[in-house]
Amino acid sequence: MTAADAHRAILAVWRIEQPRLITSLARMLRDVPLAEDLTQEALLAALERWPATGVPERPGAWLMATAKRRALDHLRRGQMLARKHEMLASDMEQEQQTMPDWDTALDDDIGDELLRLVFTACHPLLSREARAALALRMICGLTTEEIARAFLLPEATIAQRIVRAKRTLSESGLGYETPRGEELSERLSSVLEVVYLIFNEGYTAARGEHWLRPQLCHEAVRMGRVLISIAPHEPEAHGLLALMELNASRTAARTDAAGEPILLLEQNRALWDQLQIRRGIQALGRARELGGAGGFYVLQAAIIACHAQASTAAQTEWSRISGLYAELAALARSPIIELNRAVAVGMAEGPEAALVIVDGLAHEPALKTYHLLGSVRGDILQKLGRFEEARAAFEAAAELAGNRREQDLLRRRAAELPA
Amino acid sequence: MRFMFIVKSAHPFGPPTPQFLEAMNKLADREIKAGRLLDNGGLMPLATGAQVRITDGQLSVVDGPFVEAKEVIGGYATFELQSKEEAVAAATEFMQLHKDFFPGWEGTCEVRAFAHTGP
Repeated sequence: MTAADAHRAILAVWRIEQPRLITSLARMLRDVPLAEDLTQEALLAALERWPATGVPERPGAWLMATAKRRALDHLRRGQMLARKHEMLASDMEQEQQTMPDWDTALDDDIGDELLRLVFTACHPLLSREARAALALRMICGLTTEEIARAFLLPEATIAQRIVRAKRTLSESGLGYETPRGEELSERLSSVLEVVYLIFNEGYTAARGEHWLRPQLCHEAVRMGRVLISIAPHEPEAHGLLALMELNASRTAARTDAAGEPILLLEQNRALWDQLQIRRGIQALGRARELGGAGGFYVLQAAIIACHAQASTAAQTEWSRISGLYAELAALARSPIIELNRAVAVGMAEGPEAALVIVDGLAHEPALKTYHLLGSVRGDILQKLGRFEEARAAFEAAAELAGNRREQDLLRRRAAELPA
Repeated sequence: MRFMFIVKSAHPFGPPTPQFLEAMNKLADREIKAGRLLDNGGLMPLATGAQVRITDGQLSVVDGPFVEAKEVIGGYATFELQSKEEAVAAATEFMQLHKDFFPGWEGTCEVRAFAHTGP
């Protein structure tokens, strides 16, 4: 085994053990940022030791013992300063004595702790970017380097985001809490927003060479599954999971062999992942059972479900989709939703009706630099036979697209129009 | 990446110990809550199953027991994981449970990636 192989194997074990480590430590220390620091120290110790000794038989127990030792050291160092810590340290020592079977600690149900951790990492006090980085680190067990690679940002930027976020949490003094009841639903939206941000960052990579960054999608879907297991009665959590599963089901069909994007209606539906579609439809059903049919994520999932359930593009129920978009637009006024509604209306009623909506968006400030406005407008104009205007729209859109592959696609569409 | 774990053993080892079942349920529960385990199940003994075969261009149905069977599939699990390393780590933990709580059991957990996978 090479050093790089060993490193990867250790990180893989780490990802499995990390949530339990951090939740147990956070429970003992009542301090999430400190718990996170200590789990990182345990990881470093493993990266130092295991390449020589091999991965121990019960790696989780080893990591836990190491992290707890560091926690005790830390608390002893601070003992003279704070009586509270002293009491905690003695609590911990007692706990350690009364729980000799830490080694087989498969037992603790981490549901509640994990929920608390999720709410801490995604606290509305933090910026969305900081929440995303912290969630990937604390809930998915990604290293700073992995997060930086996934977001195509320098490692130092991510490291700084995490340090600042943890400082904010520490200073705010609310590092450890579980919202309940109505507050839970309210706070959950901040969590869902972050998970969806991570998913979208991966699904429609806005920058760089690649149009898809699978790891971010993977982590977001996984976090979505974590959320429905720890907050099973929240329809929007099921809705977001449905939306992500259904979108992710098209991954294999979204690009050709050369990595060029393939638009939804031109995709080979045989490549859509039926297992994932079933899971998405199931989550959508659960959200509706919970009374959430009209929710923001549930409505979006319902729209994607219409595509997922049409066995050919021609069988798509466009009138149902445009109805769902209208509902969505009434719920959350957004020019981007209007733009999507225009596409659906165009398919259901024809390009004239769609052009009316799109032209209404022409001066929308939020869409000034949004390449999909030009892309959609070009498509409608093409269908109306107004090729000259369509070409101009596609070319303008290509200028605005940040992703090289999308730029190429738009230029190709402009070039392929009849003269 | 999606993986299938296929658990095989050479011959039946009698019923699993209660400790083993308990540890296994906890592991499965944790993996579901971690969003990794999609589906899993144990299979009834091969003797109660059947095989539909094609040999020498002939299709035939054979009922158990199958005396020639060397390794028998006892169960499977489908996981969605980030990498093969993560799959191997998960399978190792799963087999460690057999070692710890099911004395005498011997067998294999085969780790296979799906040809087409989700994100």
